[in-house]
Amino acid sequence: MSTTPKISLRGVKKRFGSKIVLDGIDLDVMPGESVVVIGGSGSGKSVLIKCILGLMTPEEGRITIDGADAIGMHGKAREKILSKFGMLFQGGALFDSLTVWQNVAFGLIEARGMDKDEARVIAIEKLARVGLGSDVAELRPDELSGGMQKRVGLARAIATEPEIIFFDEPTTGLDPIMADVINDLITECVRDLGATTITITHDMSSVRKIADRAAMLYKGKIIWQGPKDQIDNSGNAYVDQFIHGHAEGPIQMDILKS
Amino acid sequence: MNALVEFFATFGRFFIAGLAAVGDVARFTAIALSHCVRPPLYFRLIGRQMLHIGYFSLPVVGMTAIFTGAALAQQIYVGSARFNAEGTVAAVVVIAIVRELGPVLAGLMVAGRVSSAMAAEMGTMRVTEQIDALVTLSTDPYKYLIVPRLYASVLTLPLLVIVANLIGVFGGFLIATQKLGFSPTTYLQVTVDFLESVDVVSSLVKAAVFGFIIALMGSYHGYNSSGGAQGVGKATTNAVVSAFIMILLANLIITVNLFGT
Ligand SMILES: Nc1ncnc2c1ncn2[C@@H]1O[C@H](COP(=O)(O)OP(=O)(O)OP(=O)(O)O)[C@@H](O)[C@H]1O
Ligand SMILES: [Mg+2]
Repeated sequence: MSTTPKISLRGVKKRFGSKIVLDGIDLDVMPGESVVVIGGSGSGKSVLIKCILGLMTPEEGRITIDGADAIGMHGKAREKILSKFGMLFQGGALFDSLTVWQNVAFGLIEARGMDKDEARVIAIEKLARVGLGSDVAELRPDELSGGMQKRVGLARAIATEPEIIFFDEPTTGLDPIMADVINDLITECVRDLGATTITITHDMSSVRKIADRAAMLYKGKIIWQGPKDQIDNSGNAYVDQFIHGHAEGPIQMDILKS
Repeated sequence: MNALVEFFATFGRFFIAGLAAVGDVARFTAIALSHCVRPPLYFRLIGRQMLHIGYFSLPVVGMTAIFTGAALAQQIYVGSARFNAEGTVAAVVVIAIVRELGPVLAGLMVAGRVSSAMAAEMGTMRVTEQIDALVTLSTDPYKYLIVPRLYASVLTLPLLVIVANLIGVFGGFLIATQKLGFSPTTYLQVTVDFLESVDVVSSLVKAAVFGFIIALMGSYHGYNSSGGAQGVGKATTNAVVSAFIMILLANLIITVNLFGT
């Protein structure tokens, strides 16, 4: 394994107004590694990956991708970096003016300049990988169920076979069997394509299946990270509470406070 | 006293916010223009937008023009009858329509239709993260969304204004010949005699400028919208209102510069 991390964050801070969301994040992701980020709702997981993608700009800290500074990068250099990424958005973020297959083929056609028919074949194949038949290909995203939209988003994220893929809650809203299929797919992306992935999830079976390493985000910091087989005996009370889903423990939900 | 202070404070806040907005719009415009002159250009998207803006605006622009041209001819006839100069109707109608009313009315009608639609579409894309998704698919949102709209709007508005001018003059012609008893040939003769090339040029220049304003305001407010459905609604309103004001202001500036001496 190479010694330069694929993605490296040092002291990354991000706030919205007076609300500090990320408060000094340090994280390294090695090439070909699958890191899972867990943490409570609203703890800043989505913000974290948006900062890495440059969709949000942190106020402080350093983010490098393949050793190159990613914050504030623009123009051709940014385009080049972005072409390494695939991203599944938490809300799907499908283009509602395009059909399903055009969504999936978008990166191939617009960014890679691939021929339409060729891209369509690949799109249909990727859709099949997420359990969607070719009959869905001509539909519009708003004609799909929530879980189907999520899977189309997933197909779009992997269509260009990017080096780095971010999955924001890939299995939320799916039935347990489909969730397992998706977990397998993510594992395959890492194993077969050699992709580096960061997955955000609340689903502990996903963590156990796809993670090489897990990291837990709490109050703007990564309070624990380690190989997945240590997650059950992390010795960290926060992690224990989270993975077992107990209402009692060091993590106090705001709802209990008032 | 307190009310007065409050009044000026509110006024001042608006003024400062206004200045900030002007700076913001200027920055947005500069970035958009810099993308307009750099490849790649999405010709397919420009074509689709031209169809959206142009073709589907024809009915509303045509109706506005014909009613206005007709009403104008009637009013000028009534007004100028006092000076025994009914012959001026054709001349005034063609100059008023081509120099002012054609471009302004078409601009305002299209702004109402198109700026709002652009702001709503792009605003929805913003709040549902579709614009972020574009970025992660290595596609520049300025190039993919904004530049095609700017080009299409700037190219289409002059065509629409030509149509509006023709139909507006025709509206005047109808009233003059059918109701006021003018001879069709004389009316057309006067119309052609009085129309100068500067009138046509100013009409087209205005149209292109209004087209730019329409797409710019629609894009700016849509692209920068935030705050869910409510935010999109606000962006839509702001796009139309700001496009209206800027069109009327730009019209005044062009008129003063071209015909002021
Ligand atoms: N654009 C924004 N403007 C203001 N605040 C924001 C914005 N985006 C996120 N936040 C705030 O940042 C915090 C973290 O949001 P984020 O979406 O990262 O949560 P999350 O960990 O992904 O939660 P979930 O598991 O529910 O998706 C939230 O409190 C949210 O209110
Ligand atoms: Mg999230």
